[in-house]
Amino acid sequence: MTVTTDSVRSALEQAPLDKVESHLHPAGSYDVADHLVPTGREEIWRFTPLKRLKGLHADAPLDGRNTRATWNAPEGAKVGVVTGDEATSLRGVSGWAPNTRFTARILAEVPATLLVDVPADTEVSEPIVIDVDGTDADVTSGAHVVLRFGTHSKAVVVLNHTGSAAVAAVVEVVVADGADASVVSIQDWADDAVHLSHHQARVGRDASYKHAAISFGGDVVRMDANVTYDGPGGSAELLGLYFADAGQHIEHRIFADHTAPRTKSHAVYKGALQGEKAHTVWVGNVLIRKVAEGIETYEENRNLVLTDGCQADSIPNLEIETGEIEGAGHASATARFDDEQLFYLQARGISEKEAQRLVVHGFFNDLIRKVGVPSIEERLLATVEAELAKNVLKELS
Amino acid sequence: MSKLVITDLHVTVDTEDGPKEILKGVTLTINDGETHAIMGPNGSGKSTLAYSIAGHPKYTITGGSVTLDGQDVLSLSVDERARAGLFLAMQYPVEVPGVSVSNFLRTAKTAIDGEAPKLRTWVKDVNAALEQLNLDPTFGTRNVNEGFSGGEKKRHEIAQLELLDPKVAVLDETDSGLDIDALKIVSEGVNRFRAREGKGVLLITHYTRILRYIEPDHVHVFVDGKVAASGGKELADELEANGYDKYLSKAASV
Repeated sequence: MTVTTDSVRSALEQAPLDKVESHLHPAGSYDVADHLVPTGREEIWRFTPLKRLKGLHADAPLDGRNTRATWNAPEGAKVGVVTGDEATSLRGVSGWAPNTRFTARILAEVPATLLVDVPADTEVSEPIVIDVDGTDADVTSGAHVVLRFGTHSKAVVVLNHTGSAAVAAVVEVVVADGADASVVSIQDWADDAVHLSHHQARVGRDASYKHAAISFGGDVVRMDANVTYDGPGGSAELLGLYFADAGQHIEHRIFADHTAPRTKSHAVYKGALQGEKAHTVWVGNVLIRKVAEGIETYEENRNLVLTDGCQADSIPNLEIETGEIEGAGHASATARFDDEQLFYLQARGISEKEAQRLVVHGFFNDLIRKVGVPSIEERLLATVEAELAKNVLKELS
Repeated sequence: MSKLVITDLHVTVDTEDGPKEILKGVTLTINDGETHAIMGPNGSGKSTLAYSIAGHPKYTITGGSVTLDGQDVLSLSVDERARAGLFLAMQYPVEVPGVSVSNFLRTAKTAIDGEAPKLRTWVKDVNAALEQLNLDPTFGTRNVNEGFSGGEKKRHEIAQLELLDPKVAVLDETDSGLDIDALKIVSEGVNRFRAREGKGVLLITHYTRILRYIEPDHVHVFVDGKVAASGGKELADELEANGYDKYLSKAASV
C-alpha cells in the first residue's frame, strides 16, 4: 500500500524546502520497494546489531500478537484504535515520508492506528498513559501511533513499554499551532525485548514540544526521535535518559530539522553504562536549513561509565545551511567517576559506594526534573536506584 | 581529646619523570585544643601535607606516621579518616552536579555520626550554620559548589566544619581569594569551632592576614617539604616583615 492522501501531499508541498543532500537523512519514500534491507554498512545503521533485531529491520512479519495495550482517557482527550480509511489518512500525518524500510513497511502494512486526539483549546490536566505490555519476544509486530495535539491545547502523553516483545513502531506527533505537548516514552522492557521505533513530530507555529526518551530495559532498544517545524517560533526540547546493563544495546538518535525560521531545539541526553558489553549510542543530528534564519539549537550528550567493559558512542552532527542563526552548539562527554568528586564526598565521611550513588543520582537529577511529570519523576528516581543496586551498590548492605 | 601527631612524614607524587618527593620528613604535634599555623611559600608542600593527612589517592606515603589520639590514620580510607574525626577544608572545593547542599550535609552528618540526625534539630542547626556564615537559606537547595562564588565555596566549607564537628580541622588556604568581609566571616566560624572543647586546628596559609583574626598557638615555617622553623605568633610577625627569603636561602644552601 502506498499512501498518497491529499493531506499528506499538501503537508509536504506546503513549505517547499531546498533539497539537502546528506547521508545523515536519506530522502523519504512511502514505497517499501525504495528501501533496501539494511546491511549494517549504512551510516544510519552502522551501530545497530541487526542480527539481534529478529528481522524487524528487514521482512519479519508485522502482524504478530505480542503486546497488550491499555490506556486511560482523562477528560478532554480521546484515545482509541482506528482502522480503514481513517487509519490510512493518518499515515504520514506528521508531514514525513519514511526513510527506512521498517517505517515504510509499518505505514504500508499495519492496518490499525492507535490515535490520541487532544482537541483544540483543551487542557488535559492528567497525563494520558498508554501501557504497552509485551507478551512474547519470539513474535514480531509493528505499530502505528498518532498523537495529535490541537491548536492551543496542552497535554502530556506517556507511552509505557514493559514485558517481552519484538516491536517496530512509528509514532507520529502533530503539535498544532500554539499547542504545548509533552510525549514521554519509557522503555522499561524485560531483558529479551527488541524495540525499534521512530518518533516523528511536526511542531506548529509558536508551539512547544517536549519529548522524553527513557530507556532502561530490553535487549536492543533503538529510537529515532525526529522533529520538523511547521512554522516560525516552534520549540522542541528533546530529553533522554538511559541506563544500559551488561549485554544491552541502547541507541538513541535525534534529528532536529530546522525547517522554519526562529525555531528552537534543545536536546539533553544522559546515560549510564554498567556491565560487560553494555553499549549505548547517541547520534544527535541537527540540520539548519537555508530558510531557518534566527534559530537556536543546542544539543548535549553525557555518559557515565560505571564499570569496565562498556562502550558509549556519542556523535553530534550539526549541518548549517544559513549563517543567520541566533545560536548553535553541542557538547558530548563520556567519563568515568570523577576521582576529585569522590574524594570530596569521602573526605566528609561518606563511604565510596555511597559517594558513587550520590554522584549518579546527581548526574540524572536535573534531567529527571526536566521531564516535568511528578509521577514519572518518582518512578525514575526509583529506577535509577534499582539500576545502581545491580553494580555500584552491590557490596552495600 | 584530640591529639594529632605527625612523625617524619615522607610523601611522593607520581610525575612523568617518576615519583617526586614532596614531603621530606614532617614532624608536628597538635595537642588538645591547639591551633597551629603552617606558613610557607608556594610549592613548599603545604597543601600536600593537608591532602596527605586526608588521604588523597594522588599522594603516596613513603615513610613516617600520622596518628589521631593514638589511632594510625594512614591505614584508614579517606571516609574512615573523616569518621575518625579529621576534617579538611579544601582550597578548591569540588562541584558535585545534581546533589543539593542539604542532601550532601545530611548524608555526611549521617555517615559521621553513624545515624541520621534528628530532623527537627538538624534543620535548625543547618539554618543557623548557614545564617552565621551569611549564606542565604535557599543555599541548601543549590547543587554542591556548582556556580558558587569563591567566597561562597569557602563559607560552605566552614559551615560543614561547624556542622560535622570533627576533632581536628585542617584548613588548606581557606583565606585565599577572600575579600576582607568574607575573611572575617570565615574566621569567626573557625573561632566558634575553636571555642568548643578540645578542638585542634591546622591552619595552612600563604599570608599572615588571616592570623589577625585567628590567633594561633604555634606558627611553623614550611619550606621545601618540611618544617624549617617553629615558634609562637611572633614568628608570623617576623614573616610579615621579612618574608620567606631567609628560609629559602637556607634551604637552597643545604
